[in-house]
Amino acid sequence: MKRFGVGFVFVIALSFIVASLSAPPGATAAAKTVKPAAAAAAKTVTIGFTASKTGKFNVEATRQINGLHLWMEQVNGAGGIKLADGTVIKVADKFYDDESKKERVQELYTKLINTDKADFLISPYSSGLTDASAVIAQQYNRIMITAGAASDSTYKKGYTLVYQSYTPASRYLTGAVDILLKLAPKAKKIAIIHENDKFATDVVKALKIYAEKKGLNVALFEGYDSGTADFAPFINKIPADVDAIMGGGHFADTTTLARQLYEKKINTKMIALLVAPPEPKFAELGDACISVVGSSQWEPLAHFTKESAAKEGITWFGPTGEEFINAYKAKYKEDPSYHSAGGYVAGMILQDAIMKAGSTDTAKVKAALDAMNIMTFYGQLKFATGPKDHGLQLGHDMVYIQWQKDKQGKAMKQVVWPLAGATASAFVCPAR
Amino acid sequence: MLDQLISSLTDGLLLGFVYGVAAMGLTLIWGVMSVINLAHGPVIAMGMFGTYLLFTHLGVNPYLAMVPVAGAGLIAGLVIYVIAVHRVINAPHLSSLLATFAVNMIIIGVGTAVFSTSPQNINYSLGSVEVGFLTFPASRLVGAFGAILVTACLYLFLYFTRAGKAIRAVANNRMAAELMGIPSSRVLALSFGLGTMMAAVAGGLIATFFPFTVLSGGPYELKSFVICVLGGLGHPLGALVGGLMLGGLEGLIPTFMPVSWVPVVEFGLFVLVLLVRPSGLFGAK
Repeated sequence: MKRFGVGFVFVIALSFIVASLSAPPGATAAAKTVKPAAAAAAKTVTIGFTASKTGKFNVEATRQINGLHLWMEQVNGAGGIKLADGTVIKVADKFYDDESKKERVQELYTKLINTDKADFLISPYSSGLTDASAVIAQQYNRIMITAGAASDSTYKKGYTLVYQSYTPASRYLTGAVDILLKLAPKAKKIAIIHENDKFATDVVKALKIYAEKKGLNVALFEGYDSGTADFAPFINKIPADVDAIMGGGHFADTTTLARQLYEKKINTKMIALLVAPPEPKFAELGDACISVVGSSQWEPLAHFTKESAAKEGITWFGPTGEEFINAYKAKYKEDPSYHSAGGYVAGMILQDAIMKAGSTDTAKVKAALDAMNIMTFYGQLKFATGPKDHGLQLGHDMVYIQWQKDKQGKAMKQVVWPLAGATASAFVCPAR
Repeated sequence: MLDQLISSLTDGLLLGFVYGVAAMGLTLIWGVMSVINLAHGPVIAMGMFGTYLLFTHLGVNPYLAMVPVAGAGLIAGLVIYVIAVHRVINAPHLSSLLATFAVNMIIIGVGTAVFSTSPQNINYSLGSVEVGFLTFPASRLVGAFGAILVTACLYLFLYFTRAGKAIRAVANNRMAAELMGIPSSRVLALSFGLGTMMAAVAGGLIATFFPFTVLSGGPYELKSFVICVLGGLGHPLGALVGGLMLGGLEGLIPTFMPVSWVPVVEFGLFVLVLLVRPSGLFGAK
């Protein structure tokens, strides 16, 4: 029996030797080339980020992460990112809850890089949290695509690996002044009430300069602490003859401000607020949301197409707006907001850069990002590459929405600015 | 300017009534057992969430929800007293301070785990009230009426019931009260329960006009300290007057200076009263 076993092993070994000797040289070479390709097919890059699953940024951050996860699912579902040399890159995520707290962000991003070996980073939601995380990305030589981080100042600190997907804060609410002057050319006075945080402060500083340049008098310019719930002291300070109230901060506080403006029956020609109005959840305010104008990074009604890209001589990349909306609705059973689109587009930016770089090497992907100029369903994307504002978004522009009533009396968003893309005309706030 | 002043003052005073109820809970506990209850803020937040849960999940009118919230606040107070306070009631103040601080941390920890720190809101509007040029949310007016009702009930309880009289007796002289046959431990537990009940009701009232998180009780706890010092620690009626004074100040200050100066003036006043009249305007019993 033992002798039979030895014989069997010998025969098997001999057959392997004969097979390898008799195989043509090309076959061995092919086997050798297939091996690395097979290894490359299994290559997965880890995308690290923190998500404000709890805390005051919960609403916006959840949408952003939903968008990013949808992108990841679609990329992996399509077989991964295919590079020119045949390598296929799959994406995996690693994320933690930052509790909407700045002090958690730096610790978590360091962990994402050192412990979880994240290859690329997506920013947390909000300018404040992103500003805290961007320094870590730069320090550890990781590319970070920012979403939900509009504040200009982050991109003016000399970072070379941080790229912004949003229109900068300095251009966030200036269009509201144009809408006001279109609606009420004789408007003279506005009041600005804003959250005392990095993003809102950057927005209203630029807004104030722009409004004054347009001949408007800023009669009230006052900030409130993050987390403020009682806006009565601010609302009582608004002069009675003010033509517009502008400002706000993030979803939670801005929604409360809009509600309390309504409850105090403040009459003005226009109310333009940050962040909250474009969120579908803003409609839960009922009548208090009607006529409120909001600036939005993207709206489902916005119409960027392959044809419009071709007309401007810019390369189109990614799905159409309709495809994105349908996929998002199918996955999350809700309408996407601009925060959702921002999360999705952050992934798309990375995807395009990796494809153009033909590699996941940081230096090569950075070069591709520096050269990027694409049109997507979200709009144009192009980054500043100068030393003073590297990574600042140059291509993308805001759209403005206003909550109006449809024929059934139901609140719905309409794009009112820029006029070229408007789906309805803006109207002056009705008397309250 | 005058319109703004009156409007701002009205908003502040209406809010001041509710501040008063929150402070009354704190001052009652201090007055009876000389315990500074650092779990006061989280109990206010639990009052907010109790009202929110009853309204959102069971459809209970938020004002009717105050009744079960008050009951739950009373029971929570009894439990906190028995577990964390009773054994250190005769120890130095630092022990009871640390015990209630531990309860504070436990409630916040559990609350964060269950509800997260995301803002919540009771989506229930009573519309607005217009009186001449004044416009204010009706919920603030109802909140103020609620606060007056609670204060009146507490007053009647303390002065016209046997248990209330026992509480006052223990607050005056615990040993003498015990010698008269009053079961001081039970009375102390009841007092603590009443104090937390007031906090929970104040939280429920606040939740009807402001959004809130698990951490929202903190600022109201701080205000309660200022109010107690203003009105006199251990004096429930002083707490209501102190609440009105603080609310009035919060209304007045923004008329003349940026709103961010409100806490500076508030806490400046806190220090000033401690220096000039440590027993507060109504004096401690």
